[in-house]
Amino acid sequence: MNKATIDLWVGIFVVVGIGAIVFLALKVGNLTSLQATPTYRLEAAFDNIGGLKIRAPVKAAGVVVGRVDVVRFDPKTYQAVVGMRIDQGVQFSKDTIASILTSGLLGEVYIGLDSGGDTAMLADNGRIAKTQSAVVLEKLIGQFLFDKAAQGGTK
Amino acid sequence: MPADTIALVLRRVGRATQNSISRLGFAARFFAMVLYHSPAALKRLQLTLREVYFSGVLSLVIIMVSGMFVGMVLGLQGYDTLNRYGAGDSLGIFVGLSLVRELGPVVAALLFASRAGSAITAEIGLMKTTEQIAAMEMMAVDPLARVIAPRFWGGIVSMPLLAALFSVMGVFGAYIVGVRLIGVDNGTFWGNMQGGIDFWPDVTNGIIKSIVFGIAISLIAVFEGYDAKPTAEGVSTATTRTVVGASLAVLALDFVLTVFMFRGAT
Repeated sequence: MNKATIDLWVGIFVVVGIGAIVFLALKVGNLTSLQATPTYRLEAAFDNIGGLKIRAPVKAAGVVVGRVDVVRFDPKTYQAVVGMRIDQGVQFSKDTIASILTSGLLGEVYIGLDSGGDTAMLADNGRIAKTQSAVVLEKLIGQFLFDKAAQGGTK
Repeated sequence: MPADTIALVLRRVGRATQNSISRLGFAARFFAMVLYHSPAALKRLQLTLREVYFSGVLSLVIIMVSGMFVGMVLGLQGYDTLNRYGAGDSLGIFVGLSLVRELGPVVAALLFASRAGSAITAEIGLMKTTEQIAAMEMMAVDPLARVIAPRFWGGIVSMPLLAALFSVMGVFGAYIVGVRLIGVDNGTFWGNMQGGIDFWPDVTNGIIKSIVFGIAISLIAVFEGYDAKPTAEGVSTATTRTVVGASLAVLALDFVLTVFMFRGAT
């Protein structure tokens, strides 16, 4: 095996290998849609965030416009403060409502933003005042049973 | 009489412990020496390229064929199970995550240990048996820089590339079975995969894993070869030890790395 042949094959191997890594990055993972756009930060306080996790999507009208990047507990108000990064090009009005939603019955938890009619927009590090907490299924079922029992009692 | 037997057993345990500790110390010093001689070896890049050819290029066929079959089986089995819960559409993310995070690096590393690691050990062991290594020392050629370091670095370069190729072939195999054969929607397959897998941390952690496995396998392979008894039996024992040791090291390291990488992620 002479030197030139070995060089050629090693060259092919390395190029194909790096091509595979690029394929994994672009086609399997989605590198392009994450890194490219600059973002700004928004915060929102919720009474209960349910199963919301870091890196969960932030959606407006079902389209992903950002990601959750911090979740912390505020010991003064006993609320969960969620910080999110929103794509620079997307602006939301000051009276935007942030709600914690679930896609499907068992799907992933995400934050839904519904923009209001206010003309003033939320700036970087702005805080969304109106929030709606996660619906906890167990509580809902509990309430339903309680109501049923109460109805049964009045009969 | 029993006291004698107990003393004998204890003495054996003591000797075995001492042996393994001194072997471990030798391996650590050997690792340091290989790193110390690496700049000299990497200056003559041709030597390392040759080893990339022998351990990387020649492993391509087995890695790619295995990757493809693993992907096809994942496609069939995954769809079967997921479809019971009405989640057959999630096949893409299931296959992608399993391959990129675990199966790609680990199975490629196991194959690499048996295909290339054993060859490296046998080669170095035989060089030692036929006194080529002693001859090099006589000629003032450092065998660590001339023989060991290029094989070590060749393995480290090859491993991540092979693991990435394994994953890609696996995804391709799952695509053939899932989309072409079973009939999962093409857009759903890729869309789910891209939606659920991120370059950071999923793909990068897979690459880090495969680099760590490459270091472990290459080090074990060159060390066992260098440490082999210079007999036919010694070389065969060393080769077996490489495959067993490297495979166990890969599985153990995989567990440790997974604990660190993905415990906080999900």
